[in-house]
Amino acid sequence: MDIIWILLEALIKAVVILNLILLFAAALGVWAERKVSAWIQNRIGPNRVGPFGLLQPFADVFKLFMKEDLIPKAADKTFHRIAPIITLGIAISVYAVIPFADDVKIGDKIYQMGIAPDLNIGILFVLALTSVGVYGITLAGWSSNNKYSLLGGLRSSAQMISYELSMGLALVGVLMIAGSLSLNEIVSKQDVIWRWNVIFQPLGFILFLVSSFAETNRTPFDLPEAEPELVGGYNTEYSGMKFGMFFLAEYANMATSSAIIVLLYFGGWQLPFPADWLGLQQGSIALAVAQFINFMLKIAILVFFFIWVRWTVPRFRYDQLMNLGWKVLLPLALLNVLLTAVGIWLLK
Amino acid sequence: MNIRKNSEAERLSFWEKLYLPEIAKGMGITFRQMFKPKFTRQYPEEVWIPTGSYRGRPVLVNEDDGERCVACGLCSRVCPALAIEVQAAETDRDKERYPEKFEINMLRCIYCGFCEEVCPEEAIVMSKDYDLVFTSQEEAILGKDKLLVHISKLQDRLEFLRQYK
Ligand code: SF4
Ligand code: SF4
Repeated sequence: MDIIWILLEALIKAVVILNLILLFAAALGVWAERKVSAWIQNRIGPNRVGPFGLLQPFADVFKLFMKEDLIPKAADKTFHRIAPIITLGIAISVYAVIPFADDVKIGDKIYQMGIAPDLNIGILFVLALTSVGVYGITLAGWSSNNKYSLLGGLRSSAQMISYELSMGLALVGVLMIAGSLSLNEIVSKQDVIWRWNVIFQPLGFILFLVSSFAETNRTPFDLPEAEPELVGGYNTEYSGMKFGMFFLAEYANMATSSAIIVLLYFGGWQLPFPADWLGLQQGSIALAVAQFINFMLKIAILVFFFIWVRWTVPRFRYDQLMNLGWKVLLPLALLNVLLTAVGIWLLK
Repeated sequence: MNIRKNSEAERLSFWEKLYLPEIAKGMGITFRQMFKPKFTRQYPEEVWIPTGSYRGRPVLVNEDDGERCVACGLCSRVCPALAIEVQAAETDRDKERYPEKFEINMLRCIYCGFCEEVCPEEAIVMSKDYDLVFTSQEEAILGKDKLLVHISKLQDRLEFLRQYK
């Protein structure tokens, strides 16, 4: 009987979180991207559909639904169909382990704010999933049977290998400080602003940030879809809602990366000041709401940062990208681990 | 100065090689751009009115006592897109001839302005109309009823032609 309730609870959470995050965050992300890019280029941006053009992304998706779905004759049909599902599915499933607020006590039952936030290998799970996500892109590139798509897919996997490494190593610093792989534990260690990991790990933070740009295929590292060289990269041969899925996955990925950066370096759902300053009780619903809003705000700021960088920095060349990954980020990540170890050893 | 360092990477200073300070600078620039005035024109509400030099839809000049065109057919002859069809007829007025039928197929017209240039009577000129929408091919063939525009509305263009033609 118990197991059914637990499953039901997880299901309800999953539906709520997926709807909220995927539909809302991805749509808002698309909207924000168009608005910010417009502002940077002295334009107004979409303002016709809904107030401030807020419904524009829904109109876009609706349009994509109406479009003809073309599959090239020479494509591998099965994989061509599966690839966008993998990409989007992986982008969503990372939310399984992300905690959105502190545990809430109602009566004598404790509810966790997240699908499975207490998973003790949380961050490993995230790393594993994000690297599976690249399969979607590589498969898309390969199965399209188009030279540009293939190049995009190959680039994506090469990029993944060279950045996953420094990303993982940059993380090690945080894990050493927290002493745990569980995201909840990492967050609860950073309860006030001066205990946020970004203060102890400035180098690690920058390394992680740069790698997440590469990981999410955003400019300046959007080589898999580099328009001027590769037409559309891995999604050249996609149309209609399949293209839409890649499109949504990009924004879902961006939101995911932002969430992980916030969790690891900016205190996650923890308020920047001690919670009693607001007069809210530990475990109360009001506090959870405040923490949730706080978490979402932090994510929004980071998403804005992602967009802002995209419209500022030009794309790196492929060899520059590889040089940066292997010759700069990797040694620096190792150095960061060393420095953290020395720091912890001295402070002990 | 002789440039001895042969690759760009060798010419950069240490801070430039770090990328990050330069990127931060660039981001400062884009951030400031966000608050600058916008250039966007909200088109259907804010209409753009061109000056006399604009080449919009070609129209026939209509004076108080009738059109200027004498149906010489030069415009039809010169039109590179074969958009104009003229059929001449006789009239009692001084000019003796007038176009019985004058049609411009706006789906063919490329707005080159040759018809205007070649016309001996300054009877066909380019107007300021640019929002041309048709729902069928037949509708896009404009007859005399749509082409004749009173001279008072074409002063800008006539003035421009007088100065620069
Ligand atoms: S518009 Fe001018 S060129 Fe054309 S037929 Fe009339 S007079 Fe001749
Ligand atoms: S503008 Fe050019 S294309 Fe159009 S009717 Fe005149 S000559 Fe023909």
